Amino acid sequence: MSELCFFIDHSRCIGCQSCVLACAECDTHRGTSMIHLETIARRESVQTAPQICMHCEDPICARVCPADAIKKTPDGVVQSSLKPRCIGCSNCVLSCPFGVPKYMAEMDQMMKCDMCYDRSSVGKKPMCATVCPSGALTFTAMEEIQRTRRGIPINSWKFGAEEVKTEVYVMVPREVTRVNVDLVQIAPTPAALPEDPYDVAAMLEAVPR
Amino acid sequence: MAKLPIAVTELVRQFGPTLHRVPPGGWPRTGEDEKLVKTHCCFCGQQCGIQLRVRNNKVVGFEPWEDFPFNRGKLCPKGVKRYMQDEHPDRLKSPLQRVEGQGFAPISWDAALERTVNEITRIQQTYGHDAVGMLGGASLTNEKAYLVGKFARVALKTPNVDYNGRLCMVSAAAAAKKVLGIDRSANPWSDITKAAVILAAGANIAECAPITTDYLWQARERGGKLIVLDPRLTPIARNADLFIPVRPGGDIGVFNGMLHLMVERGWIDREFIARHTTGFEQVAETVKKYTPEYAAKIAGVPPEMIIRAAEMWGPAPTSFALHARGIEHHSKGVDNCIAMIQLVLATGRIGREGCGYATITGQGNGQGGREQGQKCDQLPGSRDINCLEHRQYIAGVWGIEEAAMPRAGLPMPRMMEAIHDGKIKGLITICNNPVVSLPDANFVREALGKLGFYANIDFFLSETARYADIVLPGSLMEEDDGTTTNVEGRVIRHRQAVEPPGAARVDWKILCEIAARLGRADKFNYSSPRELFDELRVASQGGVSDYSGMTWERIEENNGLFWPCPSPDHPGTPRLYEGGKFGHSDGKARFFPIEWRPSAEMPDDEYPLMLTTGRVVSHFLSGTQTRRIGDLVDQYPQPRCEMHPRLAEKLGVADGDFVKVESRRGNVVVRAQVVKTIRPDTVFVPYHWPLDRSANNLTVRAYDPVSQIPEFKICAVRVSKAPPPTDPIAQLEVQAGGVR
Repeated sequence: MSELCFFIDHSRCIGCQSCVLACAECDTHRGTSMIHLETIARRESVQTAPQICMHCEDPICARVCPADAIKKTPDGVVQSSLKPRCIGCSNCVLSCPFGVPKYMAEMDQMMKCDMCYDRSSVGKKPMCATVCPSGALTFTAMEEIQRTRRGIPINSWKFGAEEVKTEVYVMVPREVTRVNVDLVQIAPTPAALPEDPYDVAAMLEAVPR
Repeated sequence: MAKLPIAVTELVRQFGPTLHRVPPGGWPRTGEDEKLVKTHCCFCGQQCGIQLRVRNNKVVGFEPWEDFPFNRGKLCPKGVKRYMQDEHPDRLKSPLQRVEGQGFAPISWDAALERTVNEITRIQQTYGHDAVGMLGGASLTNEKAYLVGKFARVALKTPNVDYNGRLCMVSAAAAAKKVLGIDRSANPWSDITKAAVILAAGANIAECAPITTDYLWQARERGGKLIVLDPRLTPIARNADLFIPVRPGGDIGVFNGMLHLMVERGWIDREFIARHTTGFEQVAETVKKYTPEYAAKIAGVPPEMIIRAAEMWGPAPTSFALHARGIEHHSKGVDNCIAMIQLVLATGRIGREGCGYATITGQGNGQGGREQGQKCDQLPGSRDINCLEHRQYIAGVWGIEEAAMPRAGLPMPRMMEAIHDGKIKGLITICNNPVVSLPDANFVREALGKLGFYANIDFFLSETARYADIVLPGSLMEEDDGTTTNVEGRVIRHRQAVEPPGAARVDWKILCEIAARLGRADKFNYSSPRELFDELRVASQGGVSDYSGMTWERIEENNGLFWPCPSPDHPGTPRLYEGGKFGHSDGKARFFPIEWRPSAEMPDDEYPLMLTTGRVVSHFLSGTQTRRIGDLVDQYPQPRCEMHPRLAEKLGVADGDFVKVESRRGNVVVRAQVVKTIRPDTVFVPYHWPLDRSANNLTVRAYDPVSQIPEFKICAVRVSKAPPPTDPIAQLEVQAGGVR
């Protein structure tokens, strides 16, 4: 991979779906979008979150593939399944901690974000990170992101006992060093947050600070 | 006989809107024989740079244009998919004639133009020149906007020419002119990123000006604070430092309340006020009574929010104020804007880096569209049509007698009322869909039914075009050359990528041909849009919006030029009011005492809720274009009525239920969307859809007395649970006004 890196900043996302529509326009994807835009809970808030493939250093999807159909390029990009090899078993779909690979029934094959390999392999930015109006998705140099953002980029995750390192970075507050994802979240909201932070009716009744 | 020739369902079957999803020739592959054309998006006022991929005279896709400084490759979903309008199955490719009982039948250009000219002549000979009206649009290039104004006044000889920017930026334009002296955003967008505090009022930036989001976030990365005023918690409000869920129409409470505290606590720049403004003392007197408690009652929010806003805004070293339709679409729209601009003026934070003010222009060429003379009271160069000196200058450019120049005509909503009253009997429209875009849609449909003759120029058969006697197939943005002026006041180049399809023609040729047949060939003898631009430059010379030093080449070389640009060696003016020099003849800005007043229709026992209308990110204005693009319709297929769970519970409505929203003027039946992100006393319905799904069935024909903008942002409604509609309209596809 070139010295440019992929950064996701969830706090910037406005849910516009430019990434979703532009992904389908990339010549690698030709009409099929490979990116997920999650609307977290529209009743509660307008929070949305884009999810591209995180391109794990040691991709679990490839490890669990019985057909050895998922390959990582020397520059760190984890590819969609190889059509001649993929048996459509969906092991990868079930194993990915980020929920990225999709089994496409009409193609009988697993397809996922390949960072617009036709573009990123020749020095262009992936479609989604080029068009993203809010900068929630950015493809740029590490120094540039460090220079221009308040948060810091990290690429270290822990899912239960499983540690994962990814090519793709997420922007987090400065004190965070790793994203820890519990298998079962017992407390529904961290105690530090107000009970219902985006309820306009509650805001109108409360004294803000 | 401007009535529907056949049933709506049959018109929809023939002319759409239908959905287009795949580029011509299928999904392209890199390296295939194609060219990239650097141009701009056809949609909103940001006018993002984009490269269109063109093969065999067909637009087959896009490539981001990362070198264009405004958006640096960024695009919203509308921009990504705008190219799907080309090669669209609904494109009009032949002139059409209304045939009673049959619909629309193709006719030759010659026959269509002859009929148009005969009807106009007949109406004008019988009822006078004023009996024919012309409606232009703010999606037209500067060249076409200029031509529309000249065409109406020189060829039609009518004062009644206006444009759909009347429904968009006119309150902001009037306020900026009154206070600052110039109708233009005061700063380039790069100044937003350098502001220590940003106040965004009535601006759903994430959905209506998505590219501007990155400018806001850049400011925040540098430690800047963001204050958002909106009845809804919009995506930018989610991460604002202070979100004020103001009651629709309550904005002046916040602004005057802030100014009250700023005066009290000394957060105003008295020296700047003394040197560069007039009228402040009276304003200070007016805001005396706007204590936080008094202001909060008007704004419908806790007083602490107003205090916090003043504390953030007042002492800041740099600041930027942004507003949009949320405070402008009111019967006090101009006053709302003035009250907000005065927060800028009182601090003296304008005319320097990181300090300024802007309205977020909504329409593609909203800025240029109003400068070139298609506005009922303006001549090119933002000149005043009632000013003798201005009239004489433009009459000279056009080669007519000053006495022959019509005076100010009726603004668009008043023109529709004059049509309803039978005073205007003939109408030509271009790029304008009032059936969807004007308030009180039932009244608009009734009005159009009374026209003696109606000619519609457009590229798709819009909901309004269905009422036409003659439809003339025009051109898309990418089918012609020209310029527009973006939200910053930056004049940019739109390049032709392809030829219009079939017998469709570029718009300016259509108008010139009608003018020629009306006996004015000598005044409309252009061979290219560049000639129109060169005449426009002369016409703008010495005016406020002076383009005279610009050429298409200079615009291209500089990635756009900001007006005023009065000479060939002038670099353009990205930032206005530097050194506290304002646009009025004495160089001073003006303060105006602003008192809050109620909206035209406040809720009562019968209609207890406030309706506010607006846009969603995947659609643009009346939807003529975006309701034809598959992915954009999938993203937001049909209008939904947003309401708070507390209200929903009271109404016995669950998320996804159908509800009937009724006002004194009409109703819509749409699905409910139950969300905590809206005030419990307010419901929201987006307005991009026609017929029984048109939010404008509900809105009120109340206008700002100065700007004549309709009060889209508040009217009284009641909401009740309704059974799923099963009538023929409901059974149409969603993009045509059906439900899913």
